[in-house]
Amino acid sequence: MKGARLAAIVFLMVVGGACVFADLLLPASYAHQFRDEPNAAPSSQHLLGTDDLGRDRFVRVLYGTRVSLLLAPAAAFVASLLAALIGGVAGFAGGWVQKGVMAATDLFLSLPWLFLLITVRAVLPLNVSPLISVAITFALLGCLGWAAAARVVCADTTSLRESDFVLLARASGSGGWRLLWRHIVPNLQSVLLAQFWIAVPAFILTEANLGMLGLGVAEPLPSWGSLLRELQSYSVLSGQPWQFVPLILFILVVSSFHLLLLKQEWSA
Amino acid sequence: MRYLTGGVLIRVDRLTQAAGPELAISWKISNGGKTITFKLREGIHFSDGSPFSADDVAYTMQLLMDPSVHSPTGDSFRSDEGKVETRVPAPNRIAITFPAPIAGLDKLFDQVAIMSAKSPKKEMAVLGPYYVAEYKAGSYVQLQRNPNYWRHDAAGRQLPYIDSVHLDIQQNRDTEMLRLVRGEIDFISSLDAEYFDKVTSQNPALAHDAGVSLDSEQMWFNQVKNSPLPGYKKAWFASTSFRRAVSEAINREDLARIVFHGHAQPAVGPISPANKFWFNAKLQAHPFDQKSALRRLAQEGFQLRDGVLRDRDGHTVEFSVITNAGNKYRERMATMVQQDLAEIGIKLNIVTLDFPSLIERITRTFDYEACLLGLFNNDLDPNSQMNVWLSSAENHQWNPSQKTPQTEWEAEIDKLMRAQASTLDDKKRKSYVDKMQEIAWEQEPFIYLVNRNALSAISASLRNAHPVVLRPQVYWNIDELSVGGEVARKH
Repeated sequence: MKGARLAAIVFLMVVGGACVFADLLLPASYAHQFRDEPNAAPSSQHLLGTDDLGRDRFVRVLYGTRVSLLLAPAAAFVASLLAALIGGVAGFAGGWVQKGVMAATDLFLSLPWLFLLITVRAVLPLNVSPLISVAITFALLGCLGWAAAARVVCADTTSLRESDFVLLARASGSGGWRLLWRHIVPNLQSVLLAQFWIAVPAFILTEANLGMLGLGVAEPLPSWGSLLRELQSYSVLSGQPWQFVPLILFILVVSSFHLLLLKQEWSA
Repeated sequence: MRYLTGGVLIRVDRLTQAAGPELAISWKISNGGKTITFKLREGIHFSDGSPFSADDVAYTMQLLMDPSVHSPTGDSFRSDEGKVETRVPAPNRIAITFPAPIAGLDKLFDQVAIMSAKSPKKEMAVLGPYYVAEYKAGSYVQLQRNPNYWRHDAAGRQLPYIDSVHLDIQQNRDTEMLRLVRGEIDFISSLDAEYFDKVTSQNPALAHDAGVSLDSEQMWFNQVKNSPLPGYKKAWFASTSFRRAVSEAINREDLARIVFHGHAQPAVGPISPANKFWFNAKLQAHPFDQKSALRRLAQEGFQLRDGVLRDRDGHTVEFSVITNAGNKYRERMATMVQQDLAEIGIKLNIVTLDFPSLIERITRTFDYEACLLGLFNNDLDPNSQMNVWLSSAENHQWNPSQKTPQTEWEAEIDKLMRAQASTLDDKKRKSYVDKMQEIAWEQEPFIYLVNRNALSAISASLRNAHPVVLRPQVYWNIDELSVGGEVARKH
């Protein structure tokens, strides 16, 4: 297991490095359409061929991976922060505050996520660059994805609040924010970290789902969602196996994250 | 469905595009275009055995024109306020009088399926080649041969040849394709270019490209005066030179070649070249000429500096185009237009929206800058486009429901469209419609991009199929189709 985890870390580092330094590695733009070569097979010029508009698929895979890999953790961070704040305060306060906040959280969880995302996205301003649009998409994911984690954090905070060492701290005169900040929050770190690692692949998948519906990252910026959309028709399956590269990369990255997550869960 | 089951008085031949007799042997338009008199075939029965007479036609027209029914077919007959009167001088004769003249009146009856006035089965009793035997919502419709269908072949054999038609409702194109290849279904109409190429590569004999269709893909700018857009953008979009420049900067040949795999052609204007009579053959698609586009823009005070186009007040030329999410062809077209416009310094942002949100923006809030959509056109007569071209119309997309035309050219189009709608002389009508097409070409309120081809896949076992560009593309001659080597084999 340790070896697999190490391989996952190395793999994520290699992928992450390639994406971060994509500008230096590749001279071509992810948006440029080589209109004389649409749907071209892999060649020395285009390592993974070109897509249906003649754009270099390898360049798009690297940039798409960068978008998904950078923004999913950012969204996961926002979601974890909100979960810590909402779940932590509810669990620490207890009583009617906890009941009220958790009822609101349950209500939030019962909302149809995808439709909510589609609706919220539809009312956003139209004239934004693809980069801002992708940032907005992930910000939305972060802002809407805190509820499940908040429940876990609340339960953990409640159990910590009633633990012996917190009782001892209370007996020693600690209270309010000091108690929360010095004694409870440090003990929530491992659960928050676990929630963060759970959220990263979940958000990558959600963005991919939105991309499949055509509601993800705006053209011409690539993301895994938009790259995976190419696999929607079966005609692809037979003729151009290199189109599976984004899917394989996606599976490997999400699996690597899960291997890291297992480690976090064990630690937690 | 209506085509397969409904019996009509007059049928527009999908191949020749001319009107021909069906349940009516002959007809005459009189009273300045207000009255049409039909002489009907005799001895015809509905699928349930009830006899067909002029009373059924009168009943159908009454039902069709009933405002509470909200029939779109009925709307096309609504020329003016007032009642539609029917007179039945004999069981095989009927005269229908409308409150005002209707241009192209006879061809409108192609859409009117005659219903029985007396049959207890009501709309389930039909005069077409098939009747509905069974259906399951969202799954399939099973049609059976109408035992009383009136048509016979040259040898005197009753048509249609095929005993039953099973219409499957398939949500997934891939499944549909696999079933065609396996021989489980006999044809697919309105095929996408991508799937068409796939069929061609597997078995070229199955793929049929009937040529350019009536359907068009177009984009337009929001010219609604009270829209929430900044004033300088409204000025750009209202400028004919700006619209023409954008149009000239778009490479339509590339759109047809790359997005539609060559199964489309650069669009010219509101009427497709597939519409043999009404298309203005003098017009050509706008050429791809970015130098000319920049010259037009320069004349309007736009300047290209460091790859960025700015208007005379220094505003960067940037706008968004909305299109419906999930339509990969439109998304691809928008992406290609984005690159084309970038070459003349215009930044285009593409926004894909779910369809209800898109409709909300283009019809209610008008909170959008440009839109890319398509138009599925089934009707050859330009009257069917009245609801788009009249400035007062709700579907006058770039600036709908105007109280008075806001531009001279829109006023001119209004005049021409009304003139063609109130004239019975086809030559005169054609001259008005030609002029309307010229103004639309010149002003480009819609920037027409491409006309798609009518693509279909037909199994080798389906005989006598000759796909055409008009819907229903494959089974327009369903009477004469047969399956396998022999006719009337159970299917």
